[in-house]
Amino acid sequence: MASRKEGTGSTATSSSSTAGAAGKGKGKGGSGDSAVKQVQIDGLVVLKIIKHYQEEGQGTEVVQGVLLGLVVEDRLEITNCFPFPQHTEDDADFDEVQYQMEMMRSLRHVNIDHLHVGWYQSTYYGSFVTRALLDSQFSYQHAIEESVVLIYDPIKTAQGSLSLKAYRLTPKLMEVCKEKDFSPEALKKANITFEYMFEEVPIVIKNSHLINVLMWELEKKSAVADKHELLSLASSNHLGKNLQLLMDRVDEMSQDIVKYNTYMRNTSKQQQQKHQYQQRRQQENMQRQSRGEPPLPEEDLSKLFKPPQPPARMDSLLIAGQINTYCQNIKEFTAQNLGKLFMAQALQEYNN
Amino acid sequence: MATPAVPVSAPPATPTPVPAAAPASVPAPTPAPAAAPVPAAAPASSSDPAAAAAATAAPGQTPASAQAPAQTPAPALPGPALPGPFPGGRVVRLHPVILASIVDSYERRNEGAARVIGTLLGTVDKHSVEVTNCFSVPHNESEDEVAVDMEFAKNMYELHKKVSPNELILGWYATGHDITEHSVLIHEYYSREAPNPIHLTVDTSLQNGRMSIKAYVSTLMGVPGRTMGVMFTPLTVKYAYYDTERIGVDLIMKTCFSPNRVIGLSSDLQQVGGASARIQDALSTVLQYAEDVLVSADNTVGRFLMSLVNQVPKIVPDDFETMLNSNINDLLMVTYLANLTQSQIALNEKLVNL
Repeated sequence: MASRKEGTGSTATSSSSTAGAAGKGKGKGGSGDSAVKQVQIDGLVVLKIIKHYQEEGQGTEVVQGVLLGLVVEDRLEITNCFPFPQHTEDDADFDEVQYQMEMMRSLRHVNIDHLHVGWYQSTYYGSFVTRALLDSQFSYQHAIEESVVLIYDPIKTAQGSLSLKAYRLTPKLMEVCKEKDFSPEALKKANITFEYMFEEVPIVIKNSHLINVLMWELEKKSAVADKHELLSLASSNHLGKNLQLLMDRVDEMSQDIVKYNTYMRNTSKQQQQKHQYQQRRQQENMQRQSRGEPPLPEEDLSKLFKPPQPPARMDSLLIAGQINTYCQNIKEFTAQNLGKLFMAQALQEYNN
Repeated sequence: MATPAVPVSAPPATPTPVPAAAPASVPAPTPAPAAAPVPAAAPASSSDPAAAAAATAAPGQTPASAQAPAQTPAPALPGPALPGPFPGGRVVRLHPVILASIVDSYERRNEGAARVIGTLLGTVDKHSVEVTNCFSVPHNESEDEVAVDMEFAKNMYELHKKVSPNELILGWYATGHDITEHSVLIHEYYSREAPNPIHLTVDTSLQNGRMSIKAYVSTLMGVPGRTMGVMFTPLTVKYAYYDTERIGVDLIMKTCFSPNRVIGLSSDLQQVGGASARIQDALSTVLQYAEDVLVSADNTVGRFLMSLVNQVPKIVPDDFETMLNSNINDLLMVTYLANLTQSQIALNEKLVNL
């Protein structure tokens, strides 16, 4: 009964029972409506995520971890988290699941919420819309309806303000992923655009009273001045990097578009050929009839003209989503910089 | 190319009233074929929350042998000979995440437990000891005995080591404002794990209206040749922050000012506004000071003020105008480009779906 199933195909049957149980009657969010309207994070979780990245994730590697907490009405409360080891050795596959189970068991003993509610990942300049993330989030959301993925951007945080976002897959995308059918027709039917792939859930940070006391204590003890990184004007490096990533993605996108166009052209050519063949057949048959000979047998058209393979549209959706994220990041960044420039101008005017 | 992650679901059909363990989906991007069927119903041990008996911690593990000497009744204990001088000088550097963790585990303590204890992890270097991580350890404490689940501690340490292999056991922490006799015992347990363990106390009972945070290391005292006692000597505690941690702490600190202790994350221009407001405050403080102290002032402060005022570079106005305009043009161009790209992909979407 408490057996664990593996394999991608069998998720459908097990998911319904787990999703029902995971919902626990706490309002499963209705059909098509999102189950989670707000994410409430403890200060502790934020600090832990920051620390994890700082210590283990230098460079372009992503660090990941698991979020623990509970669901209260339409809020998702995240009260603790633990990090996941990196995939460095080959035997890490087996360790992962066991690590997780052990961790959760141990945490249960010290009364920490041991309910899985999501996972977190760090990102490099905002490039997190990948197939891997989609799949992971899908499997999470499938099993636990209210789960979110927290994306932590360390580089943006180092520039002055915490960058933490919570994402979920939209219900429409969940449907499509369930079917595992990523052909153009299916996507068109589901009417998904890249903007409706992920939905962002607003985050609030909440602390208990005792933690507030701790914060006051820290403030008194450590009179370290703020480094006003946020107001620094020398940030062209960051912008350059962002633009470069954007360009790469746009290149990929154009390649994808070319592929799709060729496919469309091939399909239409094939249609024409089929049509012509049919017509010729009919003519021949008519001629034969007029001559009194038996008509030629109907041949299976589909065997003669094998339809070309439709390209998977999921990748292009992902690329479009990624481009969108980059553009939004860039716009945010330029808005901030414009503000800073105008401030510098005001200072300079006053000087003169 | 990345095949979808295998969802591993454990349907919570367990009979225990414990809130069922949510299915442990593997968040890894690489496929993880979970072959081992873990008995998810095993940890039914939570019926006894204060169970220091580690036997039920994990099925098939031997009970902690370290609990055995828990029956020592006598208060004055002869301390074991602790090896060597304190490594790394006399300074302990703490990260704020530790303190937040400790407070959180204190809030979640079992019924009837007066304090919580746990292990401190971190690194040692020549000048100081840096504590970067911690986890709480279940323990049982009563008038005349104390039992610590050392097996659990060892397990957790192994798990933590998988993530950060550089962290060592540095010592232990306890909430509460005093050092009791049981602390000595627990300290002895820990001295088996680490060469010269640190003991950290966080006063969550808020005596004197403050949450005092102190660190100690134990030294021998007494008359040589006779029974030796153990004394806890205090150490200096400093707080270390990574840059990003500093920013995180600043943000979290804002909840102190909100009525229901909740804050949201601010958007781009709001952040710039906030930062400039902070600088304004700082400047007004400095101005106030300068006006108050007109005649006799500190020379060093005066020099700092001079350098501050000279920070604003003196540039010929025309040059500055050109610089400013070119920068603004760059930014506007980039914004335009971003908007253009977004409209392009939207168009593409529409065309494809025709």
